[in-house]
Amino acid sequence: MIKQLWKRFILHLDPVLLAGLGLLVCTSLLVLYSASDGSWSRVLAQALNIAVAFVALWLVANMPLHYLLRSAVPLYVLGMILLVAVALFGEISHGARRWLNLGVATIQPSELMKIAVPLMMAWYFEKHEATLTLKNYFIATLLLLLPIGLIARQPDLGTAVLIGASGFYVLFLAGLSWRVMLASFIAGLASAPFIWKYLLHDYQKHRIMMLLDPTQDALGQGYHTIQGMIAVGSGGLLGKGYMHGTQAHLDFLPERTTDFIFAVYSEEFGLLGNLILIGLYLFVIGRGFIITGNASTYFTRLTAGSITLTFFTYAFVNMGMVSGILPVVGVPLPLISYGGTSMLTLALGFGMLMSIYTHKQLVKT
Amino acid sequence: MKRRVEIRNHQREIYYFRLRLALSIGFVLLLLLVLLGRFFYLQVVRQSHFSTLAENNRISVLPIVPNRGLILDRNGVVLARNYSGYTLEITPSKAGDLDKTISELAKLVDIQPRDRKRFRKLLAESRDFASLPIRSRLSDEEVARFAAQSYRFPGVKIKARLFREYPYHEETSHLIGYVGRINDRDIDRLESDDQLANYRGSDYIGKAGVEQNYEKELHGTAGFEQVEVDAGGRAVRVLSRTPPISGDSLKLTLDAKLQQIAVQAFGHYRGALVAIDPNNGEVLAFVSKPGFDSNLFIDGIDTDSWNALNNSPDTPLLNRVLQGQYPPGSTIKPFLALAALHYGTRTPTYITNDPGYFTLPGSSHRYRDWKDGGHGKVDMFKAIQQSCDTYFYSLANDTGIDKMHDFLLKFGFGKKTGIDLEGEQSGLLPSPAWKEKRYHQQWYPGDTISAGIGQGYVLVTPLQLAVAVATLANNGVAYQPHVVKEIEHSGGHEEQVPLAPPVDLHLNPQDVALVKSAMMAVTKPGGTAVSANYGTPYDIAGKTGTAQVVGVKQGEKYDASALSERNRDHAWFIAFAPADKPKLAVAVLVENGGHGGSTAAPIARKVFDYYLLGKVPKPLPQTHGAEGDQSD
Repeated sequence: MIKQLWKRFILHLDPVLLAGLGLLVCTSLLVLYSASDGSWSRVLAQALNIAVAFVALWLVANMPLHYLLRSAVPLYVLGMILLVAVALFGEISHGARRWLNLGVATIQPSELMKIAVPLMMAWYFEKHEATLTLKNYFIATLLLLLPIGLIARQPDLGTAVLIGASGFYVLFLAGLSWRVMLASFIAGLASAPFIWKYLLHDYQKHRIMMLLDPTQDALGQGYHTIQGMIAVGSGGLLGKGYMHGTQAHLDFLPERTTDFIFAVYSEEFGLLGNLILIGLYLFVIGRGFIITGNASTYFTRLTAGSITLTFFTYAFVNMGMVSGILPVVGVPLPLISYGGTSMLTLALGFGMLMSIYTHKQLVKT
Repeated sequence: MKRRVEIRNHQREIYYFRLRLALSIGFVLLLLLVLLGRFFYLQVVRQSHFSTLAENNRISVLPIVPNRGLILDRNGVVLARNYSGYTLEITPSKAGDLDKTISELAKLVDIQPRDRKRFRKLLAESRDFASLPIRSRLSDEEVARFAAQSYRFPGVKIKARLFREYPYHEETSHLIGYVGRINDRDIDRLESDDQLANYRGSDYIGKAGVEQNYEKELHGTAGFEQVEVDAGGRAVRVLSRTPPISGDSLKLTLDAKLQQIAVQAFGHYRGALVAIDPNNGEVLAFVSKPGFDSNLFIDGIDTDSWNALNNSPDTPLLNRVLQGQYPPGSTIKPFLALAALHYGTRTPTYITNDPGYFTLPGSSHRYRDWKDGGHGKVDMFKAIQQSCDTYFYSLANDTGIDKMHDFLLKFGFGKKTGIDLEGEQSGLLPSPAWKEKRYHQQWYPGDTISAGIGQGYVLVTPLQLAVAVATLANNGVAYQPHVVKEIEHSGGHEEQVPLAPPVDLHLNPQDVALVKSAMMAVTKPGGTAVSANYGTPYDIAGKTGTAQVVGVKQGEKYDASALSERNRDHAWFIAFAPADKPKLAVAVLVENGGHGGSTAAPIARKVFDYYLLGKVPKPLPQTHGAEGDQSD
């Protein structure tokens, strides 16, 4: 009886992927304990986040594929409605309008769009699979640009760029021709001065300049970058040892449980630790690619590919910003940084991957 | 892609997809290699460099606090300035036993119980790692004595800083306001405005008055230095430096000398005075008496001084100009006269017979005139000149509360004037809808009668009344009152603060001329404020008013001598001069001053004398009621 229940429980889970994810969240708890100076409260809160995320992952993994397919449009439409609502009645905090107060809870609809946008685009391509023309790619791009425009206006350039990346991966995997990609790239470059001059507010220009040159703001974000680089660099080959990072424990590192947690990890575990972490990420990403390659329908292939590549992008952007090769944008290190929302979003994505992997039957289209 | 127009080819599709997937994998691996290269560079090639930075020499980014802009009066007289001085500061988290540290320090520098109390208060409001001042304005000798012994005091430092100072103390306190130490609430606000980085290193922020409202301009932009610091936290060398940009200086519309004369003219009385140039809305005097010494607040006020200010029956912390709400009394009459002329409920020649009281039809309740036996036959001119209550009872009854409300609203009553200062009250302009909402009661005819002489529910701030009389002086063209005239940028160029476009109320010029001539007669023999204009080479047009503090029962008489001082009526006087070509409009309120003509009007007179003639009053003239003034 119990054996049967257990079988039912793990039926739609992928043990390989699950092992990779498990190692990453264990790393998260380990680093969080050090980053919060040996206090348990953050570690316990994060354990709770992980538990909630796992439940979500299990639920999504057990969903048959046609559920996923059917949920694409409603999710996207809901996300768009919420984004418009944010633009109209959203709460302003830290100079940006990103949150919607529902009375019981405050939500950030752009987080939902991280899932909904690639799903919607994959759905659209699936629907027109038989007769794909340039027009379809154009419409799919519009489906992408609408939410991005709203999110960029909040302004939340970081999230807009990341959702843009996840949408671009769908377009790329759906076979967008190289010529069109090159042409739009050139067109984008050519129109940049125009957008800069006529479409952006002064404060938006200021924010973009900050992104490009953080030393302009050496007291604010630039300070983070400088201290992050010192932490990573001083970690050396083998690191300073667990709980022995001076940058982290002497209060030099800002936001060290969230966006800059990689600096704590890297200072204490060094280049060797970084190699292990990148290995773990590569393991999860590789598994994602295998699932993508074996996916049975156009929709699931595009969805799985975009989820995997987006996961990689988050990890790359975060590590790149902490080590000073990318501008500081508010992107957490996936599965490691403290925070329930990003954990949940990621779990939904991985739940879909597992559902795609374990529901082998062909979906009727 | 074009190939898809043809019949779907599953094999080919899968092939193309896997090709793209393979490219993606290549992309991922390439970028991860870049990342690993970066880690190799940071952690192996430059490892010793960063280790040195982390272990021995830490790069520290030190903010350089910009100089706060000055506040000047219209003639360049300094109202708020900075001076450099030394403070002794303690960082509680590093200092160990605080009481012991402080008592040891007291052997080296003079520390008063007052300083200790202020420090305790700061301590309770701040975080442990903040550096808090225990003494400011150290003498050179004290600095030298502490420096020699400083090794004994971990967490105690001497800091050279710029301090804020208000040379006019209580005379300008309610207008200039003050700066104070940045507290947690300020930090939250700065954070949500994205300004926190700019305030790193800043100790002060504007908390009230002009200092608060123009904080953004006055503060300036912080500069910063990247320095290498050794393990002891001392700067070893400067790597780069971005200089700060000083805050803008403000040139106010205020005339400091006029302000001083106005303050002194109040003598021992409490009250408020606002003087406005009716031709542009510039506020030339802004008095709320009593004031307080703004300098007390800069480094945190000590508990005793705070309690003394906060519990004083004179309420020195109340900004009477902006926040004091009083019944306007008879000063409302010129405006109601204009309303009645506007709506045609009175003509200039309409006569009301005043037996000394007014009754509503079908009621025996007598609304009394201030003058026993009444004024006899009264037209509009005489009603304003002698402030005849009965005339205005009847006028209000015929005009009706709705029209009165709508007309007075145009003059700015019942709403904020929009002056460039925080915390303004909007007064109260009652209407039946308001009473229903506020008290769930219907509007009675008697409410209208009371409103006709500015009593009952009507409340105004001194600023509102000053703006209204300035608008009347300017023939119904209203300017927004403002206190800042120019912003001088630290680069040197000056920027005029643009005037909000004036609003024309479109009054009938004949109506205005009649009311103005009656107001001129107020300060002539037969009027209620004769002494105000006695012997001046220019004409003052004015109106007296009395605001009841306690009600007088039916059949009783108001007897000032029988009432305790704080229950006596408030005295109003509104005026503008020269009457034919007004340069200054004034509203004066004297709390518990009795009659407007005898206490408030002489104050206005001194203000006009200085502004129009340059006459400075002899040392503190007495503010006794002049002989011959008639009551109101």
